[in-house]
Amino acid sequence: MCGIVGLFLKDKSLEPKLGEMLSSMLITMTDRGPDSAGIAIYGGEANGKTKMAIQSDRPEQAFEKLDARLGKIMGCTVSSEVKSTHAVLEIPAGTTASARAALAELDPLIRVMSRGDSLEIYKEVGLPKDVAARFEIEKMSGSHGIGHTRMATESAVTTMGAHPFNTGDDQCLVHNGSLSNHNSLRRKLRREGVHIETENDTEVGAAYLTWKMQNGATLGEALESSLEDLDGFFTFVVGTKDGFGVVRDPIACKPAVMAETDQYVAFGSEYRALVDLPGIEDARVWEPEPATVYFWSHDAAPTSKEKAA
Amino acid sequence: MQTIDLTEVGLRETNATLHAQSGDTNQTVWEIINPRGSHAIACGLNAPIEVTVRGSTGYYCAGMNQQATVNIDGSAGPGTGENIMSGKIVIEGDASQYLGATGHGGLIVVKGNASSRCGISMKGVNIVVQGNVGHMSAFMGQSGNLVVLGDAGDALGDSCYEARFFVRGEVKSLGADCEKKEMRPEHIAFLKEILAEAEIEADPSEFTRYGSARNLYNFDVDNAGAY
Repeated sequence: MCGIVGLFLKDKSLEPKLGEMLSSMLITMTDRGPDSAGIAIYGGEANGKTKMAIQSDRPEQAFEKLDARLGKIMGCTVSSEVKSTHAVLEIPAGTTASARAALAELDPLIRVMSRGDSLEIYKEVGLPKDVAARFEIEKMSGSHGIGHTRMATESAVTTMGAHPFNTGDDQCLVHNGSLSNHNSLRRKLRREGVHIETENDTEVGAAYLTWKMQNGATLGEALESSLEDLDGFFTFVVGTKDGFGVVRDPIACKPAVMAETDQYVAFGSEYRALVDLPGIEDARVWEPEPATVYFWSHDAAPTSKEKAA
Repeated sequence: MQTIDLTEVGLRETNATLHAQSGDTNQTVWEIINPRGSHAIACGLNAPIEVTVRGSTGYYCAGMNQQATVNIDGSAGPGTGENIMSGKIVIEGDASQYLGATGHGGLIVVKGNASSRCGISMKGVNIVVQGNVGHMSAFMGQSGNLVVLGDAGDALGDSCYEARFFVRGEVKSLGADCEKKEMRPEHIAFLKEILAEAEIEADPSEFTRYGSARNLYNFDVDNAGAY
């Protein structure tokens, strides 16, 4: 199973409540998967800065004065905010590669959860309510976000197997389903030089999209071609700096419900996830069509729904 | 009328209360409020009662229904009316995938659209959809009727047996061994009757009938590609 949710706010006055609304939606989906949970929040950009969310299983030692140690190696100012097993580093824009190298040098057991100007990913093994509380997601504001609660089928229950997966700067992916050609695709992508860390099927899906986009595809085009190249079941929700997208495989047996009002566009694996959203009684509620890419963007024209690609 | 607040009473007690109704109950009209998309509401009913759910439902609402009438005043989640034996289910909004799967009898009416695999493996149920149905509808349909006032998606009636399909709009594609058939007077008469029962107005002569070409009933090596 797995449960996925997404919320894209059109009404700026709701932004302070994004974390609260999204956590509540995800907690409702708990019985679709109790193994691990994660949330990606797009909280807005700081000028000239970029963010890296990192994780350690022994945060007390790993994050001790990490900002200063990292800044010394990188030769710049680094600030960090520690939240439980995660820390969000703020580094000068364009320095993610050197920050990654410096982190590997300082502590090879630190994992990078996300990188981007606006994106922060928090994910851990455990139930959505515990994961949301641990990272104080309910206090977070933002323009849009996606979340996932996992019932593991294809690989181990670990932090790195939790969703969302970071697919590139400010991009992330959650998945309900299972990919059946992930082993061959992983080999192919590794031959192409793509870094894939785990035996997880979704990570391969995420790496595939990253690889497509590195080779010039837009996110919409990458999602379109995923319909050809990925074998298996999937409902994907993807997040970008400006918006979020949804695509389902042609068989479309993994559930998906969407709701749209003047205030937001929301996604849930089930309608249950949406029942507490404001004005849901009068929202347009529908199921996204199979093999169709949907995308909503803060940059788009007033008609907020558009097919990508 | 008896009203049950699902959020207060809980699913098990709600269903147990409805299951306790027998054929000669005086409490024949029930209303369930605050369904909040919950699963398995009013499942396994077996009494001539009428239950109206005020709002949208999740998985498997009114599954295995016998005798009862279940009205869903909202949209219905996946597997609604699964294995219905008799009685009636009326959905005011849309229905999600595999509506009425394996249904043996009774009637399901959808005022909106039904999603993919509507009536999959139907075994005698009648389903009337005022809007469209999604892909793979009536896959392996064995008996019963699927009546669609709108359009049907890809692979309608794939690998069907003796179920009949009546579509007023376009069919995107027919599934393996499903073909267009002539509308004879008995089909017009059937449509008139079922549309009246569903309380939906439409001209039976505007429908096209589809059904099994009966080429896949027995293994034939020339059909290997179609299996």
